[in-house]
Amino acid sequence: MHKIWLIFQREYLVRVRKKSFIIMTLLAPLLLAAFLVIPVLLANISDKTEEIGVLDESGLFQNKFTSTPERKFVSLSGNLNNAKAKFLQSKLTGFLYIPKLNLDNPAGIRLYSKSNASIDNKLAIESSLRNEIENLKFQRSGIDRATLEDIKTDVAVSTTNLSDEGEKDNNAFVTSAAGYASAFLIYIFIFMYGVQIMRGVIEEKTSRIVEVIISSVKPFQLMMGKILGIAAVGLTQFLLWIILSSLVTSVIGAQFRDKMVPPPTTAAITANPENEYTASKKTNAMQEAFKAFDNLNLPLILGSFIFYFLGGYLLYGALFGAVGAAVDNETDTQQFMLPITIPLVMTFVVAQTVIIKNPDGPVAFWMSVIPFTSPIAMMIRIPFGVPTYQLLLSMVLLVLGFIATTWLAARIYRVGILMYGKKVNYKELSKWLFYKV
Amino acid sequence: MPKNCTFGIINCKALSILKIAGVSKRYADHVALQDVNFEIPAGSIFGLLGPNGAGKTSLIRIITQITGADSGEVYFRNEKLKPDHIKYIGYLPEERGLYKKMKVGEQLLYLAQLKGLSKSDATQKIKSWIHKLDIASWMNKNVEELSKGMQQKVQFVATVMHEPELIILDEPFSGFDPINANIIKDEILELREKGSTIIFSTHRMESVEELCDYIALINRSRKVLDGSVQDIKDIYKTDTYLVEGKGRLLVLSPDFEVLEQTENHGLFRASIKLLNNTKPNDLLRYLIPTVEIHSFREKIPSINDIFIQKVNENTHA
Repeated sequence: MHKIWLIFQREYLVRVRKKSFIIMTLLAPLLLAAFLVIPVLLANISDKTEEIGVLDESGLFQNKFTSTPERKFVSLSGNLNNAKAKFLQSKLTGFLYIPKLNLDNPAGIRLYSKSNASIDNKLAIESSLRNEIENLKFQRSGIDRATLEDIKTDVAVSTTNLSDEGEKDNNAFVTSAAGYASAFLIYIFIFMYGVQIMRGVIEEKTSRIVEVIISSVKPFQLMMGKILGIAAVGLTQFLLWIILSSLVTSVIGAQFRDKMVPPPTTAAITANPENEYTASKKTNAMQEAFKAFDNLNLPLILGSFIFYFLGGYLLYGALFGAVGAAVDNETDTQQFMLPITIPLVMTFVVAQTVIIKNPDGPVAFWMSVIPFTSPIAMMIRIPFGVPTYQLLLSMVLLVLGFIATTWLAARIYRVGILMYGKKVNYKELSKWLFYKV
Repeated sequence: MPKNCTFGIINCKALSILKIAGVSKRYADHVALQDVNFEIPAGSIFGLLGPNGAGKTSLIRIITQITGADSGEVYFRNEKLKPDHIKYIGYLPEERGLYKKMKVGEQLLYLAQLKGLSKSDATQKIKSWIHKLDIASWMNKNVEELSKGMQQKVQFVATVMHEPELIILDEPFSGFDPINANIIKDEILELREKGSTIIFSTHRMESVEELCDYIALINRSRKVLDGSVQDIKDIYKTDTYLVEGKGRLLVLSPDFEVLEQTENHGLFRASIKLLNNTKPNDLLRYLIPTVEIHSFREKIPSINDIFIQKVNENTHA
């Protein structure tokens, strides 16, 4: 045990002190910060007023366009050709031409601009026009807009889990997102750090230090020390990411709160009642999402995340180690990597498509129980709620699974690390399993 | 070195540090060792000799407990080999290296701790070694910044810093440059003085002949010969003498046989074998009246010659 501990320390310290580790650990939270800050900054930069000329031949829209901080409407007069000529010499960014209109089929409205018209402008103008035409039609049919708004009813179904433990509000979107995020992290983690194990083993082989080391320790100790040391590196990085990210988001949150809510685009359209209504619906949804997030069983999710994180990593890590031992350099790893990567990639794809839609179906059940797929599949399911016996079964099988792969890997490893200059195939590998060493 | 010991060929009563008893080892497709027996006397320098692929490295890997024997036993200080013995053995493999991106000092400390030394013990021993070999200034350098010769010194320190009783060096001089090789040779002799036993494993017999007290020859997975260098040479010497001198050499006696003779500008050089129990002085007496003798010495077979002879016997048998 003492020797595993020594190896563990070396593997951990060497990696944690590497520049690439420090950079990655700092960069991820900074990137997150950038994602949060840059859109806000960009939105503020583009805040300059555009002027749009309106030539209304129908006479229906006099003073009906409300100017906003982004967009100012100016009435033009004269005929179309005149207006076009004037527009070209003016500073106006756009020029809206409304011909005489048939209310039932309003055609021929055109927005001229010097460069391509922005989608924002087009949408805002369309919305104003639609609104006004609808108003006119209501008047024509003798309906009052206010009465109509009164009739409109908003129905939203809130979802609640009813179980023996009581009632809990939930939100399918939040639950899926929580599951997806944790499954994705596990997927990435297994790959990133699994490959590190493989590289570490290859490094020891190519630098020819391995024989020096295994004259002092058992190959199994060397392999386990390395796998556990790298796991600790991964957990450290993960922990630092969580701490730094929450720091960054809270700092940014404090700095930019007023600018971020409400976002500038929604401010522009709240002018008319219909948009106001959608906006309020949005905030409702947000509140509901936050509530649902609070109602997720976070201790369970976090606890099982750590478990599947480590379990999946140990299961695959041992195999990555065996691959490293079987080859002389990284270019030879391809043929052995395939059977390791296929179950991982497949589970991740199936998880996003099948399991997330039907988290209690047979595919979800089997994939969340089989050790090679369970770390990813189960994490998708857990936020939706998984029967305890399934969770236990899956966990027990995962533990058995990594004991089995570790045993298998150790047998390949002990032979492989002393084998040089031999191209190994699967037949050869299977022979190694039964070598007496 | 136990001088009173007629070792190997005749039974040895000296304390042996290592006893190889009937060790066999086979891999899937070939036999690496077949019933190998010999003992290594404590405090000696022992040459484990044989051509490439003879089974030397397989035997060493069994001694260092990297692999196990299929049958037979290895005894270290009269105890069956066990994991605890690792710390008494220092091993410099033929395939050797260091972590490239690790500092020399840290690396030595790590390797010493793996051997079972405590951190403070290890630190102290490393200190004394680096001063001895004058490499103190490298301690904070990464191994990849060192030249190959420097790395070899570090590897040597890593092998011996825990003061092992048994030091195994597999092809030790193959990678060393001549200057380092001499430094290492001196260190090895000094370690022997302090009581360590050293095993040299090599296929280049001439490189260790002068250093070894005892040897074992291994060929095609079997031991073909072992014993003290002196004894072996005594057995394999052929009563042949090398004579150089001036004049016309003419040997007509049935007691002497000229094996080889060259002449150049009135100087001759000849190998003469003594027959019928004659002594070297008889040969001298016979020659002195006819030629002027410049040098006269016994032709002692090199281990290399003996080895070739042994191997040929084996192949033809």
